[in-house]
Parts: sequence; structure tokens; C-alpha cells
Amino acid sequence: MANINAAIEVLAQAIIANKELLTDLDSAIGDSDHGINMARGFEAVRAKLAAANSGDDIGAVLKLIGMTLISTVGGASGPLYGTAFLRAAVAAQGKTAIDTDTAAKMLEAAIGGIKDRGKAVRGEKTMLDALEPAYAAFVQGMAEGQALPACLSLATAAAAEGVEYTKTIIATKGRASYLGERSIGHQDPGATSSYILLAAVTDYAKANA
Amino acid sequence: MVGIVVVSHSAKIAEGICELAGQMAAPGQKIIAAGGMSGGGIGTDAFKIQAAIEEANAGDGVLVLVDLGSAVMSAELAIDMLGDELKDRVAIADAPIVEGAIAAVVDASIGQPLVSVAATAAGARELRKK
Repeated sequence: MANINAAIEVLAQAIIANKELLTDLDSAIGDSDHGINMARGFEAVRAKLAAANSGDDIGAVLKLIGMTLISTVGGASGPLYGTAFLRAAVAAQGKTAIDTDTAAKMLEAAIGGIKDRGKAVRGEKTMLDALEPAYAAFVQGMAEGQALPACLSLATAAAAEGVEYTKTIIATKGRASYLGERSIGHQDPGATSSYILLAAVTDYAKANA
Repeated sequence: MVGIVVVSHSAKIAEGICELAGQMAAPGQKIIAAGGMSGGGIGTDAFKIQAAIEEANAGDGVLVLVDLGSAVMSAELAIDMLGDELKDRVAIADAPIVEGAIAAVVDASIGQPLVSVAATAAGARELRKK
């Protein structure tokens, strides 16, 4: 990937542009703060990255993002995405470019972090319902010898299907679990923000391939 | 004496619980609030919780009382970020936050160890209202 700081700017723009969508989704089954929280987190990420001038070390940039999200998001997505970025940072340590193999390791590490922190598994109407199928699709593309942008496209398509799937299931984690069966019919805000992040990375990778 | 940290999404709730539980405290007992975000908004901040745990520790460990949802996750993340020496002497109470904090403060004030303070806080679940 060409430049980590430019890529992160694309992520931040995507989250901030979808602030209202995420908040609307969360107001249906949660505490109406996901979009506001995520946008605040990524605004802070933007400011921190600009101030830190952390260069092109992808691991260092991702670590700074993780730390910033932990202290600025506020809701459950703070520790979850924060841990995800910190774990991905370890997989990308010392790198200034990302190849397909590294991207797979980063995604795997990020998902592992979310599972550890949230004690969740797939099928509970969470971000994992977007991210785990995305990882499987990415690895499948990699096994077929596809390039990074193509692997990311496959991952994003699988994440989109995962978001659709969350409409059909009952939430058993987080605030939405208080709603029980009434959570059916609504797509999960966390799965949606995970999809948005993946889609943004994919767009960036395609444009800069 | 075991230190107590109270984590809530709301700074006012955390401070209020510390004030209430503080009525039962021994002189010098550490009861630290870690509520809300740095900017004052509703939410939890793992770094704020980490700092509160370090402040609350007087050498005998710390019990962390939490409200709901991300408070648990942020507290777990805060503990993960602590130094190895302190990490093993911090526990999250499986307890109602108000009753648990008061029970924990009383038990800690008489010099009970962390395992006892945590069990006493958890026992506050059984304090029926009727």
C-alpha cells in the first residue's frame, strides 16, 4: 500500500461520512452513539497523526491509532477497535509497505484481538459477523494467487454479506442483547462500521495499486 | 489496604459512588473514581482506568467496580496495560456497582485481602430490596 497516512485518512473520511448512518443503526438497537463515538475517535486519530508525524512505519501508525481509539471512542467499540489496531500493529511492525501475506496476518491478528476483548464468537450480531467471513474470503483469494486489491475486494464483498446476515439474527452481546428478538430485522452497527473500514481500505488499495 | 476503583460511563455516577462509599472508609483508604471520558462525555476510557488503578494501589492490590457494557471491556484492557507486578493483584468485581462498592470499601477498611474484598463485593448481589 502506497502510504499509510493517506490510507488512514481515507478510513477516517469513510467513518466520518457515515457518522449518521452508524448512529441511526445504533439508535434502533443500541444506545445511539456508535456513529458519534467512531467519528470522534477518527477525528482524534487524524489530529494525533498530523501532530505525531510518525512517518511511514505502518506498525507505529497503527499503534498510535489503537491508543487513540481506546481513549477517545468511549463505547465498546473503543476497546474493541483499539485492541484490533494494536494487534494489527504488531503484525505490521517495521513495515513501510503491506503485501498480501502481511495484510492477512494483520486481519487475523485484529480479529483475534476483537474476540479476546469482546469474548464473542461469530453469530452473535457483532463486528465478527462481518470480519470473520471477510478474512476467510481474503485467504481464499490469496490461495488463488490474487493480488492484494482483489483479495480485499473479496473480503469487502464477504463483509457486506455478513452485515446482511446480522439482520437475521438475535443480538446476544452488548446493549442490543437487551432487545432479544426485537433486534431481528436490524443490521448490526459494529458489523457495519467494520464493513465501512474494509471497504475504505479496499478503495484505497485499488486506487493505489 | 485493598484500593477501590469505581468505573462508570458517567463521571457523576463514579464520583457519587465514591462519595457514598467513602462514608464507610478508614482514614487514608483509597477509593478512586474513573468515570466518563477525558473530555467529560459519557463513556469509558481504559487509560483513565489504568491511572486510577495505579493511584488506588497501596501495595495490597485493587478491586475495580464497573457498571455495564464497555466499562467491563475497558477495565480489562486497563488491567492488560498495567505492569506485570500490579496486574496480578487487580480484580474486576462481579457485583452491582453501588452496593458492591460499599461492601468492598467496608471489607477493605478492616484490612481484608483482595480475594475477600472481591467476594464481599460479589456477595452484595444478594442484598434484596424486598
